[in-house]
Amino acid sequence: MSFGAEFEQRVDALVAKYPEPKAAMLMVLWEVQKDKGWIDPESEAWVAERLGTSPAQVHGVVSFYTMYKQKPMGRHHIQVCTTLSCMLRGSDELMDHLKGKLGIGEGEVTPDGKFSLCRVECLGSCGTAPMFQLNDEYHENLTLESVDRLLDGLD
Amino acid sequence: MEKVLTRNIHKENSQSIDVYLAGGGYEGLRKAVTSMSPGDVVEAVKKSGLRGRGGAGFPTGLKWSFMPKEKTKPHYLLCNADESEPGTFKDRLLMEQDPHMMIEGCMIGAYAMQADAVFVYIRGEFVHGTKVLDKAVAEAYEKSFAGKNICGSDWSCELVVHRGAGAYICGEETALMTSLEGERGYPRVKPPFPAQAGVWGMPTTINNVETLACVPDIIVRGADWFAGIGTDERNTGPKLYCLSGHVQRPGVYEAPMGLPLKELIYDLGGGMLHADRPLKACIPGGSSVPVLRAEECDVNLDFDSLAALKTGLGSAGIMVMDSSTCMVKALLRISHFYAHESCGQCTPCREGCGWMERILQRIEDGKGLQQDIDLLKNIADNIEGRTICALGDAAAWPVQSFVTKFRDEFQAHVDEQRCTVQGAAHA
Ligand SMILES: Cc1cc2nc3c(=O)[nH]c(=O)nc-3n(C[C@H](O)[C@H](O)[C@H](O)COP(=O)(O)O)c2cc1C
Ligand code: SF4
Ligand code: FES
Repeated sequence: MSFGAEFEQRVDALVAKYPEPKAAMLMVLWEVQKDKGWIDPESEAWVAERLGTSPAQVHGVVSFYTMYKQKPMGRHHIQVCTTLSCMLRGSDELMDHLKGKLGIGEGEVTPDGKFSLCRVECLGSCGTAPMFQLNDEYHENLTLESVDRLLDGLD
Repeated sequence: MEKVLTRNIHKENSQSIDVYLAGGGYEGLRKAVTSMSPGDVVEAVKKSGLRGRGGAGFPTGLKWSFMPKEKTKPHYLLCNADESEPGTFKDRLLMEQDPHMMIEGCMIGAYAMQADAVFVYIRGEFVHGTKVLDKAVAEAYEKSFAGKNICGSDWSCELVVHRGAGAYICGEETALMTSLEGERGYPRVKPPFPAQAGVWGMPTTINNVETLACVPDIIVRGADWFAGIGTDERNTGPKLYCLSGHVQRPGVYEAPMGLPLKELIYDLGGGMLHADRPLKACIPGGSSVPVLRAEECDVNLDFDSLAALKTGLGSAGIMVMDSSTCMVKALLRISHFYAHESCGQCTPCREGCGWMERILQRIEDGKGLQQDIDLLKNIADNIEGRTICALGDAAAWPVQSFVTKFRDEFQAHVDEQRCTVQGAAHA
């Protein structure tokens, strides 16, 4: 398996920032996820070899951190914060609304692969609750109407 | 009060180095590097009374003085930008709106401890903040505030932004180090303390974003100026307060250390969200610290005033709950968090957190048993102080305080097998 020369260069640049290659682990896994959308076992093996550790070690890391995807998720990945401050401002209603609207439960992907939905813990956006993260972006001070407008406008 | 930490955030292009420099930025670093010895910088920070803004309130200058004075190995400074304590969102504001203040603080700290590199560990979800920081770091390198020969001196130090990937525990200092080494974020037993053997076994110091952002002004305006702000000599400086929950205007507010909690809620925060729902409870320092009942809320928000009430300033995440809040449901949500985030290394934490969550779920579902309330307290007492890291305590304190201070409500939930709070929403 190969990621191509440009990818290898990005990895080399990351590894050079640390006193030990293995320290670049999280950053290299981010690059893998950026390119592939998720982290597959083959990539884990590649990362292990490149950083001088074992595939089991890499898998342990991938499974420890919640943001690494161990399977492909929807093109629009919605992560709703339901921790206390968001709960106080209506995150449960927001979650119920999304489940109904998308017809899926937590951790699921719509059959067409367009949306996926997850419940996550505090995203550091408690003053603008309720909120969710849609792929990389935060959407804050949500109302059920603003959510509908946002999601209906996506393709 | 004159704004210190947030003085730039409303300026146009507040993230750019030009705007920061135009406001006198990097004068502190220049002054430190060109006219002070590392020891002078440590002394100034000690004298300022600055205490850590990450949660524990440890005196910053004292922490810096633990680093070896004679350099035999590389030294590292870690900037803790993992900001994951529920209720906390101040470091995000600093990084997204004024990244150079924090960077300048990092570099002054690095000079004081003769660090070879600073690693900024930012939580993975802060994608926007990471982009802003990356750009700011590149600007700092360009102007020789990082990298080789900083400010024209013979001192050099690298500055690296490192992204986490979703794990609350990585905000704990030793877990952050194992994570930075490319492992699962498991906390380590102390001793050895980081100043002796931290990341990669080298002398290391770790500080919070806001702590470091305080440093440039201490150097430029002096330790006495900083120490003159706040309640007393043990509780000094400007402070960011994160207000969330049932208030009109949630958000980050800057005020002197020791701001009265009621002033934050009713003046700055515009009062309670609904006029007919009075204050019921408030968590003053992020979800890890013990809750206060409404009648305990005549308190100043500083380390010692809150410690006197057996709670803490923690990360200054002030979570406000009104009379419609079911305390069983609120505590269940908190306990779910700790059960989810426990790394699982210590039996009392791993088993106890899961157990507390299940019992609370049972009470919430109207199936609570008479002995459950004492059992909760018991489990929490058996976690506290018996674990590798402070997440165990952080999971125990909310449980102990909620069931003690709102015992009647828990009891009613068990007796009636349902919620008895007027207007409470239950799933
Ligand atoms: C479970 C746990 C999570 C923590 N999370 C954070 C965090 O997200 N950010 C932070 O600055 N400190 C956090 N801390 C505190 C750090 O361990 C450490 O005390 C702090 O970063 C030191 O910086 P300071 O002295 O400047 O406050 C956490 C502690 C624990 C026990
Ligand atoms: S107290 Fe909990 S989070 Fe901390 S090391 Fe032990 S199991 Fe892990
Ligand atoms: S509780 Fe939802 S962002 Fe903090």
